[in-house]
Amino acid sequence: MKCNRLVDAGRRQFLRGGLVATAGAAAGTMMPERAEAQSALARVSYPANRLANIADLTENEPLDVAYPDERSPGVLLKLGQAVEGGVGPDGDIVGYSVLCPHKGWFLIYNSDDRSFNCPGHYSRFDAEAGGQQIWGHATNNLPQFVLRVDGEGEIYAEGVDELIFGRLSNTL
Amino acid sequence: MTYKRQVDRLPIIPADATVHNSVCHYCIVGCGYKTYTWPMNKQGGTAPDENIFGVDLSQQQPQDSNAWYAPSMYNVVRQNGQDVHMVIKPDQDCVVNSGLASVRGARMAENHPSDVTGTQGHRLTDPLVWRYGTYNPTSWDDALDLVARVTARIVVENGEDDLVVSMFDHGGSGGGYENTWGTGKLYFESMKIKNVRIHNRPAYNSEVHATRDMGVSELNNAYEDAQLADTLVAWGCNPLECQTNYFLNHWIPNLQGMSSSRKAELIPDEDHPRARIIFIDPRRTVSINAAEQAAGADNVLHLPINSGTDLALANAIFTYVADQGWVDTDFIESHTKAEAEPRPALFPARGETDAEPGHLTSFQDALDANRMSIEEAAQLCGVPAEDIVTAAEWIAMPKENGARRRTMIGYEKGVIWNNDNYRTNGAIVNISLATGNIGRLGGGCVRMGGHQEGYVRPSAAHVGRPATYVDQLLISGNGGVHHVWDCNQYRTTLNATEFKRIYNRRTNMVKEAMDAAAGATREEQVEAIVNAIRQGGLFTVDVDIIHNEMGQRAHVVLPGAQTGEMNLTSMNGERRMRLAERYMDPPGRSRPDCLIAAGIAQHMERVLREMGEDDYADQFTGYDWETEEDAFMDGYHRNAHNGELVTYDRLRALGTNGFQEPAQRLEGETIVGTPRLYADGNFSSEDGRARFMAGPWRGLATPGKEEERARYPFLINNGRSNLNWQNWYLDQENDFVTDRWPYPFIEMHPDDMEARGLGAGDLVEVHNDNGATQAMVYPTETARPGETFMLFGAPRGVQGNIVGSGTNELIIPVYKQTWADIRKISDRPSVADGISFKSKEFRF
Ligand code: SF4
Ligand code: FES
Repeated sequence: MKCNRLVDAGRRQFLRGGLVATAGAAAGTMMPERAEAQSALARVSYPANRLANIADLTENEPLDVAYPDERSPGVLLKLGQAVEGGVGPDGDIVGYSVLCPHKGWFLIYNSDDRSFNCPGHYSRFDAEAGGQQIWGHATNNLPQFVLRVDGEGEIYAEGVDELIFGRLSNTL
Repeated sequence: MTYKRQVDRLPIIPADATVHNSVCHYCIVGCGYKTYTWPMNKQGGTAPDENIFGVDLSQQQPQDSNAWYAPSMYNVVRQNGQDVHMVIKPDQDCVVNSGLASVRGARMAENHPSDVTGTQGHRLTDPLVWRYGTYNPTSWDDALDLVARVTARIVVENGEDDLVVSMFDHGGSGGGYENTWGTGKLYFESMKIKNVRIHNRPAYNSEVHATRDMGVSELNNAYEDAQLADTLVAWGCNPLECQTNYFLNHWIPNLQGMSSSRKAELIPDEDHPRARIIFIDPRRTVSINAAEQAAGADNVLHLPINSGTDLALANAIFTYVADQGWVDTDFIESHTKAEAEPRPALFPARGETDAEPGHLTSFQDALDANRMSIEEAAQLCGVPAEDIVTAAEWIAMPKENGARRRTMIGYEKGVIWNNDNYRTNGAIVNISLATGNIGRLGGGCVRMGGHQEGYVRPSAAHVGRPATYVDQLLISGNGGVHHVWDCNQYRTTLNATEFKRIYNRRTNMVKEAMDAAAGATREEQVEAIVNAIRQGGLFTVDVDIIHNEMGQRAHVVLPGAQTGEMNLTSMNGERRMRLAERYMDPPGRSRPDCLIAAGIAQHMERVLREMGEDDYADQFTGYDWETEEDAFMDGYHRNAHNGELVTYDRLRALGTNGFQEPAQRLEGETIVGTPRLYADGNFSSEDGRARFMAGPWRGLATPGKEEERARYPFLINNGRSNLNWQNWYLDQENDFVTDRWPYPFIEMHPDDMEARGLGAGDLVEVHNDNGATQAMVYPTETARPGETFMLFGAPRGVQGNIVGSGTNELIIPVYKQTWADIRKISDRPSVADGISFKSKEFRF
């Protein structure tokens, strides 16, 4: 019950706040604008889930996880060098949804060039660049998990930065 | 940093949302969409009876689910003066795309203007007039009065040849039957404007004159033929990126073997071997990579020919196929011209006139003229002789049970905007005609297309052929008034460096005259403008949806509406005509182009009467249209072939599947169309017989190209990208796109980069005698050393700046053949930080 109320409150705020509050600021320039900061009020409340411990990760080998719930498959990756959105002592641990944001096919990780590849319609996402779509049909870059690592090396996910395929709210 | 929307939930479409038939207007494919709108104070719920899908949205939806939409498919827009929620999502019941959205079409919603979400804030809302040294919004009457007064003065005093027009001729966005008719009636019926050009080329001409002259319309098959073919040929086209859902929904299933049951059903008495595909392209594209994934590399043949040698290759394949006896003799005898035509005097160097650069004749005569050995072609094209033989076998060698191979050829800008357009186009059609592959299931010889089509206009015969080279006319100081409709020559013309320099100067002369006459009466203002024109100035009226570079040179800017903001009809690459229904209001006071044309005509009539030109004024009557539907009825309904069968109501009833033009008849109220042209073997010529094209290879035929090739180290091949294809005008304001391509990319081989001291993302100047432009280096292992590929039409680096003024005889530009040098401008600029430079090819 409590959870549902939160969802509704968020949705109302979302309608007031607009889809992406900063999009209009792009007028008159061709510089990409970024929206993170100003749409915070519209976010759903995410659970803080423990996904793994750093000790469970081997460099460049994806570890299957699920977040924000067991029906949303994802992976954790330790990349060996600091990257966008990376956490942990080396700033190199990232987590992504592995449902292609085009039509929801399962992405396959290619460890040679550290990309996620979609057998559905050939889209590709860069694991080292925040899930940026290298080429493809999705209109989102790959949803990335917001991660935190505690003193014990436990890795928690606490948010997602894009809408996950197959759900109209990231938390169901 | 990679752009993230930070949207993690979307409003749910309620069960009772209003549904509109929509067609994506961004490309030729014309994918079906549904647009859902509902009031701001309502929303659907997760329970099955609370949402439009009738499913439980509190559950994760499966792969390919119809019950999901991306944030880019949502927006808040105005509808009948009220803000409403809107979702535009692909229609799974449309036979074109079966629920697939491309990265472009899936952004239709967020590429409409919204005061609430702030999208597309650059859309024009009001007419603008150059006044007090800047652009000021004003009323339609004020703006149109100025347009009519200056235009009327010039056409009366100087003649209609001093009115120069740049206008779209296509369907989809910035076009459609309503709008081509409105503009066509104004310029070809009320007036007879001869100095006219189209949005992407400097003259008013076909890009495929040859196939039409041969009696073969260029959109002659059905998309389903790509599922039925034994062999697909992609000739100078990149269908995964430029006709995305056509390729994904019709070509790929065939290559995967998934259409075999359909083949067995429609073509029962024949072998259906695993489908194969041939790509003819100097560059390895992502289409080739995808085809290898789908068909297995053994069933994919890539001929990476030297730039501009397509004609040699086509003639060699034609010769080989004929010599092997793989031609369809019955078809040739029954449906093509039997007697050879006498060869023109200057043949083979030239045709009868410059308007006919080839020679239309019989099969045998064409074969004799075009004869080209495999070895010679291999030499010219730079590909192995055995690969050309393989291509010929895949195209025409009979199947194991003796049945003729069904081969479909799709071609586009790699051929059209390339060397010897006319002869090359004809040589490709020769292959399809010789093998009886037109009008047949699994066949067709078609252009792949750019925009949708939507052309119904009064005759343009007075324009002549070859048509006026309008850019050169403007550069040489001719023309006094320029009306521009949804064209941006600053980004998409050749010889753009010079064009812009002169155009700036000429339009500035008029701006200065207007500034100097500030505070004067309208009559005095018009006098000042006309005087400036007499001294070489140019008065420009720009109709567009945004205030682009052309608009920024204009003196009057008129705001148009686009698809979804008006009712609009168009047909796609298989002639599938649909009504894309209006689902939202056009921004501010913007209007459909057909009604803008009507407004100009009405003001012209009034002004001409005031000038005492009553007879002339009478020519500007017949524009009393209230809506775009009125323009449709005046235009398509009355003038298209069997157009009287077609109405908005009947189209609406046919939804996103529409019918394939031409309409044949009605069954009840249902329009019955034409899936394939020439199924009866009756071609589009006086005697119903198709012609072959005699057009032997004659080297690089465009003036200036051979010298340019010799002089500069890099081929600057160019074209589009999947991400935004022909959407730059909107996508320059789309964060998802500008985050990925802040500059146009130029794909370079790593060895070439090293030789020039370049790193990924470095900004380079690409320069030659014609001018200079800039691009961002994208390392590309598969690029051939010395051959680069640059994104075309980009706002921050116009490829046309470095394209010479030379065209072929029919004034078709040859963008693809550009050679230049490359030098570093700077290290990767900050806007390019965080961009991925990994290979674009899918990798397991
Ligand atoms: S393939 Fe073309 S028509 Fe279809 S959604 Fe993409 S841009 Fe639109
Ligand atoms: S589902 Fe991944 S590309 Fe289509």
